[in-house]
Amino acid sequence: MGDSAAAGGYKVVVDFDLCESNAICMDIAPEVFEVRDDDFLYILDETPGPDQRAKVDDSVSRCPKQAIKVEELDASSDKE
Amino acid sequence: MSAPASIAIVGASLAGLRAAETLRRSGFDGSLTLIGDEPHAPYDRPPLSKQFLSGEWDHTRLALIAPEKLAELHLDLRLGTRATGLDVGERAVTTSPTTIEASSAGDERVVADGILIATGARARTLPYAERPGLHVLRSRDDAELLHQALASGPRHVVVVGAGFIGAEVAATARQMGATVSMIELAEAPMIRGLGVDLGLFCAEVHRERDVDVRLGVGVDQILGDAAVTGVVLTDGSEITADVVVVGVGAVPNTEWLEGSGLALDNGVVCDDTCLAAPGIVAAGDVARWHNRLFDEVMRVEHWDNAVEQGMYAARRLLAQEAPEPFTPVPWFWSDQFDHKIQLAGRRADGDQTLTVTGSREDRKFASIFGRDGRIMAVFGFNRPRHVMKFRRLIAAGGSWDQARELADEMG
Repeated sequence: MGDSAAAGGYKVVVDFDLCESNAICMDIAPEVFEVRDDDFLYILDETPGPDQRAKVDDSVSRCPKQAIKVEELDASSDKE
Repeated sequence: MSAPASIAIVGASLAGLRAAETLRRSGFDGSLTLIGDEPHAPYDRPPLSKQFLSGEWDHTRLALIAPEKLAELHLDLRLGTRATGLDVGERAVTTSPTTIEASSAGDERVVADGILIATGARARTLPYAERPGLHVLRSRDDAELLHQALASGPRHVVVVGAGFIGAEVAATARQMGATVSMIELAEAPMIRGLGVDLGLFCAEVHRERDVDVRLGVGVDQILGDAAVTGVVLTDGSEITADVVVVGVGAVPNTEWLEGSGLALDNGVVCDDTCLAAPGIVAAGDVARWHNRLFDEVMRVEHWDNAVEQGMYAARRLLAQEAPEPFTPVPWFWSDQFDHKIQLAGRRADGDQTLTVTGSREDRKFASIFGRDGRIMAVFGFNRPRHVMKFRRLIAAGGSWDQARELADEMG
């Protein structure tokens, strides 16, 4: 399932209209998400490595506003 | 025990769904049954007292999972189906249909190697006869009825109980143009989570939006036989109302487990790894377990706990040996008017406290709470970043001195 697709890489997408900076994602994956002094969420790494995938998936599940999505990147499109 | 080949999840709301997703993500490819007593696919409850209640969102916005993602989980999904009993030894769940659509199935029996109990809680009710105008708010159907009542004209609303649901309903109804009274037996709103001082601050916030907040009084009777016309309070005062919303807490759904042999005590009693019996785990509002981080047996009704415990319990079922205990820092948020209220950890009366940023006058501040040299809780009013930073420190068992240092660092 998700794991096999992840071989082609993935992209972290946040719907900033939904995001309310609850900062749960920053708690789970501080390497990827950061809520700064201005109380806005910043994505530090839009295409994190496979080592971050479990944390990013947890962030998707635990976002209270369901504002985070993961898009699977097609391995072939990377080469273009 | 060996890895399960089949798993049944009882309860198709947040904890149950996130558990199902976690099982598949962890590589579990056996048969996976998800049983839910409501007819709707898994949906999110927090908007029911806010955007869905106001009518800003329709029900499609509530979906916890997109239909195509749900299909990818390859579930034996049994909606409109209520669990009526559990045979712990056989790990068999008996079910009964709750809707006409599901009734052709009749009573059934689902046997699985692993059972995950996530039947949640329901709204506690008061002993008043049902009648038009008298509402509770727990399910999507409840919210639709209440929305129709509020949207059909300027209303006089009385909210009985100023817990988080009650306070959110009061705020939303006020924003929809209703006159609103909020009645609370305790001396402050949201007192169980926030304590008197912060609770009274929240009362002030409601009052400045013209919510009539009445503390230390209960409801003596609800007037109107054919339909609600008002309430009489225990201090003798009377309030005219055409909508009364009762928000006096929730009761865990454990009746179906009575006589099963599982220990029940205001929830399903689990060990510190959410295990209720061999091959049987529980998660979410229904689960009571020993949280070793706070050395407290707790049952947590927060959104985030349903997700985190659902995920943990799923992994627990797949684990060959007992994993690290489940030791989360309970966290909740509540949106009232345009304010975001958050608390992480366990606050208690008598804790030492310190405001780490902002001020109440600015309606933007965060405070921390400590006991025995440790930081135990953080409260944020429109300050989510501080809440999460301090939550991390609480999770790490941080000291009060470390909390003061973090406060200085963050400014």
